[in-house]
Amino acid sequence: MSEPRIAPDSEAAYAKSAGRQLLIFGLLVVAAIVALMWVLQALAGMVGGSNANAQAINYADQTITIALAEEPPQLDSTRATDASSGMVLGHLMEGLLRMDLNDRLEPAIAERWELTTTQATFWLRKDAKWSDGRPITAHDFSFAWRTVLDPATASRYSFLLYPIKNGRAINEGKLPPDQLGVSTPDDYTVVVELENPTPFFGKMVTFQTYFPLREDFYRSTNGKYGADADKLLSSGPFVATSWVHGASMYLEKNPHYWDRDRVKLNAINIGYITSDTNATLNFFKDNKIAFTTLSAENLREALEQRWHVKREQDGTVFYLEFNHQPNRLTRNKKLRQAMQLVIDMDELVYKVTKLPGYLPGESLFPVWLMGVNDYFRKEYPAPELKLDQDRARQLLAEAKTELGLERWPELVLLSGDNPLSSIQSEWVQGVLKEKLGLELKIDKQIFKQRLEKMHAGDFDMVLGGWGPDYDDPLTFGDLFASWNVQNRGGYASDELDRLVAIAQSSVDTEERMRAFAGIQQIIFDDVVILPMYERGVTYVVHPDLHNVKRRVIGAAVDYTSAYIDRGS
Amino acid sequence: MYTLKRLLLGLITIWFIATATFFGMHAVPGDPLTTDKALNPTIRENLEEKYGLDKPLGTQYVIYLQNLVQGDFGISFTQENRQVNDIIAEHFPVSATLGILAIVFSAAGGVLWGALTALYRNRLPDTIIMFLVILGISVPSFVVAAIGQLSLVNLNQTAGTSILPVGGWGTIWHMIVPSMVLGLSTMAYLTRLMRSSMLEIVNADYVRTAKAKGVPAPQIFSRHQLRNAILPVITVLGPQIAIITTGGFVVEIIFAIPGLGRYFVQAVQQLDYTVIMGTTVFYGAFLVFMVILVDLIYGFIDPRVRLE
Repeated sequence: MSEPRIAPDSEAAYAKSAGRQLLIFGLLVVAAIVALMWVLQALAGMVGGSNANAQAINYADQTITIALAEEPPQLDSTRATDASSGMVLGHLMEGLLRMDLNDRLEPAIAERWELTTTQATFWLRKDAKWSDGRPITAHDFSFAWRTVLDPATASRYSFLLYPIKNGRAINEGKLPPDQLGVSTPDDYTVVVELENPTPFFGKMVTFQTYFPLREDFYRSTNGKYGADADKLLSSGPFVATSWVHGASMYLEKNPHYWDRDRVKLNAINIGYITSDTNATLNFFKDNKIAFTTLSAENLREALEQRWHVKREQDGTVFYLEFNHQPNRLTRNKKLRQAMQLVIDMDELVYKVTKLPGYLPGESLFPVWLMGVNDYFRKEYPAPELKLDQDRARQLLAEAKTELGLERWPELVLLSGDNPLSSIQSEWVQGVLKEKLGLELKIDKQIFKQRLEKMHAGDFDMVLGGWGPDYDDPLTFGDLFASWNVQNRGGYASDELDRLVAIAQSSVDTEERMRAFAGIQQIIFDDVVILPMYERGVTYVVHPDLHNVKRRVIGAAVDYTSAYIDRGS
Repeated sequence: MYTLKRLLLGLITIWFIATATFFGMHAVPGDPLTTDKALNPTIRENLEEKYGLDKPLGTQYVIYLQNLVQGDFGISFTQENRQVNDIIAEHFPVSATLGILAIVFSAAGGVLWGALTALYRNRLPDTIIMFLVILGISVPSFVVAAIGQLSLVNLNQTAGTSILPVGGWGTIWHMIVPSMVLGLSTMAYLTRLMRSSMLEIVNADYVRTAKAKGVPAPQIFSRHQLRNAILPVITVLGPQIAIITTGGFVVEIIFAIPGLGRYFVQAVQQLDYTVIMGTTVFYGAFLVFMVILVDLIYGFIDPRVRLE
């Protein structure tokens, strides 16, 4: 293969020769890259990959593949607070009681229970076992709860256990954990002494913070409980058999689960972890995952595919919070009332943001909360608001006189920096300017900075929201009690505090619901906040996958009762 | 001696990065414990004690440096049961794999296209490639990544079977598209660099001399032109490697790849102090190391740079 000698001044020949060299170079590069990729694959096998080749539904194995939006920070039930952990823990674990598919309380590890004003007693079923085959006993619950409340654990959700006697004192470090008001007369009975009457305690024990924990296993993980698949012990329908951080997780049916006949799926393969809903939509289109949440941007595409799109509320309420501190103009009630009379939340939800599943805000209490026999909002409808611009202007003028103002200064609306918050705050700004002539300055801040400013009370109005911690109206009802750290506008009303106290301690459901209705009325009359909307969620499920349950509390998407049926 | 001096300077740089990040991070309003849901004071105190946030900043800094020297980055604030060391150890290899492949793609492609365009200067191949280069440089990676993924979906749908996976990680098939997407802008940048550097050399004295004394064309091209033109490309390669390996978070999120870039960005958003410090110091050290490495390689290619 000798190169012919060519005259160097022959440009064309030179280019030809150089071109040939480049071609050879190119081929070599391609070969090198292929070789490199094989090497990298071998290495990648060592650093772990996802089970990303599976189809959405594997009919032969009765297995589904799904995606998670975020990697669960850890699956330690004493510490978990986020939605991803809640979703996975809801499949791995089960507490004393659980919620059925119709959101009613049903027995789980406890086969029966009894609740009085002073104590709760749970009788555990004897066939309940951990995923290693050993029985689940009463001690596993008392140990778990002491761990949650131990100051050294520093659990963010420890306050959920404050209804248990001495819970708060232990968490504050004033009493040792063994002083907790939980006793285990035998291996299968848990007796809880309550600090105050807690009528919703049955619902509380369904939540992850109340899940059991086996002492010997927990200690054997050396503080890394729930950090990896082999550092987890399941009490529920599934067992985590693999967990590649940031990539995948494999949940197999737990053969020792007492209620295993209920579980139809053999495994749930979490094949992808990404927060990008466009990506998950692509996976869904490619038949790689059996469920995806949709965003406003890709909803239309989903409809074009003629999928059966479902819409619901995710349980979170958003509102315009006012600053009630003495040095703020927004402390003036007439000013707040004037705003209430002109801001039309129907317009916001149906004409401005136009997001599917969203409901205009009417109350601090979202529609899904249960009252005495029916939904709370059916038994105690939200006060009706009649928009009235003339009355609003009149109130505004009165407010101006009361405050002794020449003209209205700019009010500050604190807002997040994401697109949705921007649209909403600009809409509020536009409405107030157009209908009341009020000038609003939008103070757009990134997440942490906005929280810091809220905490410091550095705002007149702020876009706020609240998702429930437990399944009782109280999780919303106590938000604006004068003592609540979440009440950043500093609203204080003796009447509201009194009603919250009733709701906290009364055992009469009717009396409690009346108290919540009273709180709902005060929030409206006093314009403590302006409810803006209840957040919606849209999603598609693979047509052959049935009985997928969405929940507001716990696992947001619950596959524990799901089954595969190709028929329909 | 020269190498030793460079390494020492590198260490000082890393110390400086750690210090600046530490104080900068603490100057940002808020802390890792501020979330949407305000913590009650008791719970906050418990957490502050656990993470040592209750101590004065100076003390925290000293403790931090002591741990750093021992190579311990601490526990993450958001993933409370995981060591930052574990997070880096598990996720950096993924980012690095993706990054290496992207760099190889872009360097090889850059040199190839650059040489080609220089050869066909002002003719059709040159115009087409240079147009694509402008596109490659100006279109942001999240757009390229989204388009790349969508084309994969369409490809699979047209074919009726899975030709290439749309996302995920684990096999060589998962790497191809993400690494090309990741390396695209660098490839475009290197093409331009290579083209101009080739053109500069075409008329250089030593090329003319070589031609005059009758050196065969293939040798002029590879030994005189290509070898000299490649120098600037290698110079920028070091920083580009760091940019690619650290800047992969968009690609990592869209293609659901468990790389470190994702953790890096999330940590900053959530002010996860320990993860911010861990990843910054680690990436900082990586960058410093790359620059030193390039200097050494440079000396190897161009003997004039060898100082001693």
